[in-house]
Amino acid sequence: MSFMPYVAPEQLMKDRSEYAHKGIARGRSVIGLEYADGLLFLAENPSATLHKISEIYDRIAFAGVGKYSEFEELRIAGIRLADLRGYAYGREDVKARDLANAYSQALSSIFTQQLKPYEVEILVGEVDGEAGGTSIYHVLFDGSVTDEQGFVVIGGQAERLTEALRTRYEPGWDLATAVRTAIGVLASAPEPRDLPAEQIEAGVLDRTRPQRRKFRRLAPEEIERAAS
Amino acid sequence: MSDELKLPLAGTPFGASPSFVDLVRSERPEAIPEALRRAAATELQVASATTVLGLRYADGTLLAGDRRATAGNLIADARMRKVFPADDYSAIAIAGAAGQAVELVKLFQLELEHYEKITGDRLSLEGKANRLAQMIRENFPMAMQGLVVVPLFGGFDERRGEGRLFYYDAIGGRWEEDDFQATGSGALPAKNSLKKRWRPGLAREEAIRVAVEALIDAADDDAATGGPDPARGIYPVLLTVGPQGAAEVPEDEVAAAVAAVQEERAR
Repeated sequence: MSFMPYVAPEQLMKDRSEYAHKGIARGRSVIGLEYADGLLFLAENPSATLHKISEIYDRIAFAGVGKYSEFEELRIAGIRLADLRGYAYGREDVKARDLANAYSQALSSIFTQQLKPYEVEILVGEVDGEAGGTSIYHVLFDGSVTDEQGFVVIGGQAERLTEALRTRYEPGWDLATAVRTAIGVLASAPEPRDLPAEQIEAGVLDRTRPQRRKFRRLAPEEIERAAS
Repeated sequence: MSDELKLPLAGTPFGASPSFVDLVRSERPEAIPEALRRAAATELQVASATTVLGLRYADGTLLAGDRRATAGNLIADARMRKVFPADDYSAIAIAGAAGQAVELVKLFQLELEHYEKITGDRLSLEGKANRLAQMIRENFPMAMQGLVVVPLFGGFDERRGEGRLFYYDAIGGRWEEDDFQATGSGALPAKNSLKKRWRPGLAREEAIRVAVEALIDAADDDAATGGPDPARGIYPVLLTVGPQGAAEVPEDEVAAAVAAVQEERAR
C-alpha cells in the first residue's frame, strides 16, 4: 500500500484547475457565434485535417480547444451517444442539452477522480427548426456548464478576444460578415497579425440547408472570399 | 463479427471503431433485429417487398422500385418505398421481407453516417458495398427462416468518376454489374425488358423511361408487383446517383414517363 502525503482538498482542486487552465491557454482559440442563418464555429488551426470543429448530429455541432487527444475522445463519445439515442428513439429526440449534461458529468468526474484533469474546453451548439432558436453550451474542464448567448470565445487568449468581440458583435450578421469579423478578432491577439485563410477552420450549422444534416464545413475558398 | 481493431494498448482498445452496427450490438443488443432470431418467423405472415431494379447510365446509376408490398395473397401496402438514399453518393433498393429490409436500410444508412462523422471521411464506394455484404451475411440466420433480404446497391464512385451497381444474394454474396440488374418476384420480366431496352451511355431521361418501362413489364407479368396507378397517384420511386449526388426523380417526371409508355402501348 502506498501512502500519499496529505493535501488539503482546496489546494488539490486549485492545483488541478491551474494545471488545466495553463494547458488550455497554451493553445489557440475557437469562436462560436450566432449569425442570421444559424451558428458559426471558427478556429485558428494550422492543420487542415486534424479538426477542432465537427458535426455531432443533424442540428448539433462540436468544437474543442486544448489537448487534441482529449477533446477528440469527447467528440467521438458525443457522436456515439447521439447516434445511439437517435436510433433507439427518434432523430428529433437528440438534444444538445443532453449532450452538454453528459459532457459535464464525464468531465466533472474526471476532474475530481483522476490524477490529471482534462485540459479541454468544449462548445456544443445547436440550431432548432424554423423557430430560429440557437443554443451554445460551454463546458469547462471541471464539468461546469454555461449557456452562452450570442457569441463565445474559448481557449488561448479567450478573455481578450471575448472583449474584442463584445465591442463588434451584432446579431443578424450574414455569413460573410460573421466569418470576416471572427477572423479579424482572432488575428487581434496576442499581437495583431495576418491570419491567412488556410490557417482558419470553420463550420456552420445552417438552418436554411434543405438536408436533414445542417452541419457544413466551409471550404478554404469560401473562407478566403468572405475574409477579403 | 466485430471489425473493431482491438489492439490492447496500455489496457485500452486501440482506435475508435467507426462502426455503428458494432456500437449498437455492444450497447443496445436488444435494439437490433438479431433479437428476433429465435422467433418462428416462417409461421408469421410477413410483408414482402417485390420488384426493384438498377441500371447504369451516362452520368451514374439509377435505382427504381415499384410500390407494392404483399403478405401472402394480400396487398400489405400499396405505397411502400423500396429505394432509399444510403448517403449523399449512394442508394439502396430492397426486395424481400419488408420489415427486415427497411430495418437493414436504416442500420446501413446510420453505419455510413456514423463512419463519416467519426473518421471525417466518407467510405469509398467499394467499402460501402463490402460493408453491406457483411451486414446481409449477418442476417443469414433469419434468411434461413424465410426472412430473406436481397438489395441492390448503386452509387457514384468519386475516385473513378463513374456510377457503379452491385447486387447481393441472401447469404451476402456480392457481384458488380456493368449494365443492369433486378431482384424480387418480378425480376425476370423486368430483366427481360431491360435486356431489350438498355444500352450503354443512356441519357438521364432515356434511363428513366427504360426503368419505368421495365417496372410496367414486371407488373404486367408478376402479380406481386404493383404497376403505376395514375388515378390514385401511385408511381414508382426512382433515384439517380451522379456526380452531384443522390437525388430522387421528381414525381411529375416519373408520371410523364409512365404516361409515355402507356400511350405507346395503347395503340
